[in-house]
Formats: sequence, C-alpha cells, structure tokens
Amino acid sequence: MAKRDRLSGNEAVAIALRQINPDVFPAFPITPSTEIPQYFASFAANGLVDTEFIPIESEHSSMSAAIGASAAGARSLTATSSCGLAYMWEELYIAASNRLPLALALVNRALSGPININCDHSDSMGARDAGWIQIYAENNQEAYDNMVQAFRISEHKSVRLPIMICQDGFITSHAVENIELLEDGEVKEFVGEYEPENYLLNPECPMAVGPYSVTDYYMEAKRSQAEGMKHVEQVVLDVAEEFKKLSGREYGLFEAYRMEDAERAVVMIGSAAGMTKDAIDRLREKGEKVGLLKIRLFRPFPAERIAEALKDVKAVAVMDRAEGYTNHGGPLGADVMAALFRAKSTAHAVNIVYGLGGRDVRVEDMEKVFADLKQIIDGNDAGETYRYMGIRE
Amino acid sequence: MATDISKLGLKTKWQDLTEGMIVAGAGTSRAFNTGEWSNNKPQFIADKCKQCLLCVPVCPDSSIPVTDMKRGEFDYEHCKGCGICVKACPFGAITMEGVN
Amino acid sequence: MSNHTEIRWHGRGGQGAKTAALLLADVAFQTGKYVQGFPEYGPERMGAPITAYNRISDTVIRAHSNIYDPQYVVVVDESLLEAVDVTSGLKEEGAILINTERPKEEIIPHLKGYKGKVYTIDAKKVSLATIGRYFPNTPLLAAIVKVAGIMDEETFLKEMRSSFNHKFASKPEVIEGNMKALELALKEVQ
Repeated sequence: MAKRDRLSGNEAVAIALRQINPDVFPAFPITPSTEIPQYFASFAANGLVDTEFIPIESEHSSMSAAIGASAAGARSLTATSSCGLAYMWEELYIAASNRLPLALALVNRALSGPININCDHSDSMGARDAGWIQIYAENNQEAYDNMVQAFRISEHKSVRLPIMICQDGFITSHAVENIELLEDGEVKEFVGEYEPENYLLNPECPMAVGPYSVTDYYMEAKRSQAEGMKHVEQVVLDVAEEFKKLSGREYGLFEAYRMEDAERAVVMIGSAAGMTKDAIDRLREKGEKVGLLKIRLFRPFPAERIAEALKDVKAVAVMDRAEGYTNHGGPLGADVMAALFRAKSTAHAVNIVYGLGGRDVRVEDMEKVFADLKQIIDGNDAGETYRYMGIRE
Repeated sequence: MATDISKLGLKTKWQDLTEGMIVAGAGTSRAFNTGEWSNNKPQFIADKCKQCLLCVPVCPDSSIPVTDMKRGEFDYEHCKGCGICVKACPFGAITMEGVN
Repeated sequence: MSNHTEIRWHGRGGQGAKTAALLLADVAFQTGKYVQGFPEYGPERMGAPITAYNRISDTVIRAHSNIYDPQYVVVVDESLLEAVDVTSGLKEEGAILINTERPKEEIIPHLKGYKGKVYTIDAKKVSLATIGRYFPNTPLLAAIVKVAGIMDEETFLKEMRSSFNHKFASKPEVIEGNMKALELALKEVQ
C-alpha cells in the first residue's frame, strides 16, 4: 500500500535509503546534500537500519570508503554536492573502472566559482565521462523512485557500474511537497539482497582489486568497461517496468511530454521540466504544437531513442543547466545535436544555457523559448545556436 | 568470471578480461616470474651463514625460502635483485655486484 | 479559496518564516491538498531579509519556480516594508498580512499604493501573552490561514494540535502555549 506524505527531496531520498538498508554509508556533509546523511544518521542511531554509517573526514575519503566497502562485498553508497563531487573525482573513475556497483545520491549544485550554493548541473556534468550511470529527477517523487531503482540497475550482472542519482539542489532537495512512499517491505523485496560473485571478504576465493594495468592491458580494460554501459539502457527499462508494477508510476530513459504531434520541442534535465510542462499546457490550449523531452538517463546517453523521439520536430531547443565553455553550448546540447546529426535530422537546433547558480526558471521563460522556436521555423534560420536564457544584458 | 591467470597474456582480447580487471584466487603472483626483471642477483654463501634469518622478512618478493627454520638458496625466478638482503646480512653471507 | 493559492513570506533570517511556510504546507497537506513549501536559499545570515513560498492546490503542482505574482503576502517583520518591495506582483484581489503593533492606517502608506486588502496582527503581543517569548511565526501562521481561507478554523486547530503533539513530543509543555497563540491570533488578525 502506497503511503501519501509530504517531504523534501532530501528527506525522501533518506527514507528510500532507510528502506533499502544498505550495508555501508560513509559521508561528509556539504550543502545542499547534507540532510541526506543527517537524516540517515538518525535512522542509524535509532536502530532503524543495520547500516555501518561512517562520518568521515572528506569526500575523497567518503567515496574511497564506499569503494572499499563495495569491493569487500557490501552494498554501499555516499551522498554529496558540487565541490564534494569534485573532490571525489579520482575515486569516481576508480569505482567505475573496478566495476563496483555503488551509489551516489547527488544533490546538484553549482561548482565554484564564483562560489555559489544553488542549483545547476555543472557538478554532475563535469563527472559525465567518469563511467558512472547518471539518472536525474524532476521532483521529489522521482528522486525517491530513482533511488529505489538505483541498486537494481547498478548491481545487474550485465552492468555492474556505479550509479549517480541526481536531484536539483534546494529546488527539489529542500522543497516540501506531496509524495507517495512505498511500504518498507515492498522496497526491501524490490531491491533484494546484494550477492556479488567476487568480493574481498570471501574466504573461499581471495582476490586482488584494482591491479596496475600496463599499456598492454589498459585499453582492453576500458573497452570491457564500455560493454557494461551498453547494457544499461535495457536494464533501466526492465527495472522501470518492474517498478511500475509495484508503484504504478512509469519511468523510461526519458519522458516525452505531449510530443505526439509536436513541431517544437524542448530537451532538458531536472526540475525546470515542471515549468516547461506548464508552459506547454498553456500553449497547447492555444493550439500550438509544442512538447518536451525530459532526459532521465543521461549516462549512458540514449542517443538513438532521443533522435527517434525528435524525428518529426521542426525546431528543438536543448537546454543546458551547465556551461561547456566550448563556445557553442553545454554538454546536453553537444550530445543531442550529435544524436540528431547521426540520425540525419533536418530540424533546427539551438542550445540554451539557463539556470546557472540557481537562476530561477519561470513558466514565462519557457513560453518565450517556444516563441523563439516558432520564429526560427518561420524564418527557416536557427540564427545564433548558442544562447543564454534569463541573463541580464 | 574469475580470471584464469594462465590465460592472461599479450594476445588476450578485451572480451576475455575480467570485469574491473579483478584477479580472483590466492597466490597468483607466483605465476609472474619477476626474476626476469634483472640479471644482477645476490649470491648465498652458505659457509658464512649463521641462519639468523634476518634476510628473510626484508625480502620484498619472498624469494628466500625457509625450511625447518633454515634458509635455502634464493628463488631466482622471483628475486628482482634489489640487494636489500645483502645490507641486512650481518655476516657477509650474501654478496651482490654493486652492493656493499 | 480558489483551487490554487500562492503565498509569499517576507521575513528576516532567524524569525521562522521558512518554518511557518513548511508548517502551512504541512497543515494544508493534512486536509488533502497538494502543497509546496520552500524558502529561497542563500547563505545563512541571521537578520538578513529572506523569502519563503507556499503553493497550495487541488491539483498536482509541477512548477518549482519562485512566486512572483502571489495572491497573498505575509510580512513577518515590518521593518522590511522599507527594505523590500513586499507588494511586488501581489494580486489586488488578494491580500497582504503584516506583523505590526501599529494601526493599519499607519501601514498602508508604506505599501506603494497596493489596492488590495490589508490585514495586520500584533504577533509580538499574541506570542508574549501565550508562549511567553517572541515567536512571530506561530501567530502569523494562524492569521494567514484565516486571511487566505485555506481551511476552516476548527480543522486548522485540530490539525495543528496533532502536528504539535508530534513535533513537541519531547517537550509537551510548549504545546498549550502554541495552541493558545494560534487561537488568539485567529481573533486578533484584522
């Protein structure tokens, strides 16, 4: 039986983690993710979980400890934001290359500088090539649901890769809103026991983790790692299908909102999708054919399916909540445009940088984006394809 | 899949590597003959040896076998010729070119 | 009450505006509404102007933006009337609620010509008389529930008592004071 509640995104993720009852949770606090380990520490102190909760001296160490625990055979995770993720950089690659299916509850926050504690995606986008699975949420419900599904994806035998469950700092992490929680027993059963094949604490078969790979082996090792990523899309879909049976809530690689006959589309990630949906509903009432593609799985990038979903649009605005400093846009823009190119799309495409450092996104802003796309179609010219939204100039 | 260490080699395809390059199973370093890494090796002079065994724990490659509390000849298949044992021996029972 | 209400809180860091917004979301949730309660975050600075928001609706709330055109504004600290444009975007069919000791007539000239309804409450008087210390957010919570017609008074008081019983489980002695503050505030708001 689902339970209606009202929770902040951080509290929702902490509750998902209590229900998952992982083996090891090392953490170091950083705004806006601090509440996740904070709530969890109280669960641990009150005996609601069996988890070894380790308050640790840095993010470099929290990720190292999570890696060590995972290699030992434990289901482990940590949580962080922004500079904390940057401080884990080295370990992110180690977790992925060692094929350790641990999780990271990431609460997206801008990277310094200028120093800023509010939301953008520069932290996780910077880590996009580290070999982690990345899944993003629009709201508290999705953050909770994604966390519940996380270990099923990362621990899948054909995947075995670490997973980052991202939500927007403050916007969802600190906003209290309605949510439906699953029963503890349902989550426990859904997530199941973690049964690694090889692990350090197995006395039957000692093993070495992370051996040096000389040039003769390194490239084969990386290719082997890529093979795990290739299975992620299908596993994400399979886990989502099972989750739907449990919760009634539907998930995919992305959400296509009113895309059926859309001529103009926005592609984006995270909480701003809500404002975009409201804008779409307003415009649809006026008969405008507009839609949204909200990316859930960003790594690996489901390029073919995204191009397929965009095949009938005449103009698309790809919205990046992070700069790429390529002089032509951000990381989502680069990936979507490459996907469109490979699919021989003839749609006009612009890449819009928005929402940096917590810059608010209004429904009116998104209506303006759709109006700009109309102008592009009418003039048959994308004009400047690298744009900023919500900037004073 | 646990690694069959004997199958690892310069012709191993990526498909045959273990996930995460883990090496499962104990004592697999025996299969790597690190002795090939140098040709300058220590010499054991049994006559001078008092069997104090001070050389044994300092050897980084466990290349000084001990049987019945007595050390034997070097295991040259794994000795990398570092010379630490020469320095450790108080009785001049180990010599090596270039190490005093 | 319309099926979608938006409220903006203006306070100073440390006065409990955020807590009040979260409590309001909480009590509205108990009556089956879709709710949102969130502050506009920045560095924690005691005394600095802060803003918090509520959306309360009969239907699912998707927007996560700040609120620019609220139906209601609550001013927790009247010194903000000079420092912040509290009536910005405030709908004229809505209302503003101000915590002040002064009569309404003295306040209105500071509202930049706002033509909607103006309500005031002396939250300090209410708080000192009931809780014994100055916590403006409890009286203001009751006052805005009444002003915005979020729920009937009886339901509100019932839900708040159950919320306080939970929140103050370890110090039940403060429950009665807070309940009295709510009840008195419902009478005092004008």
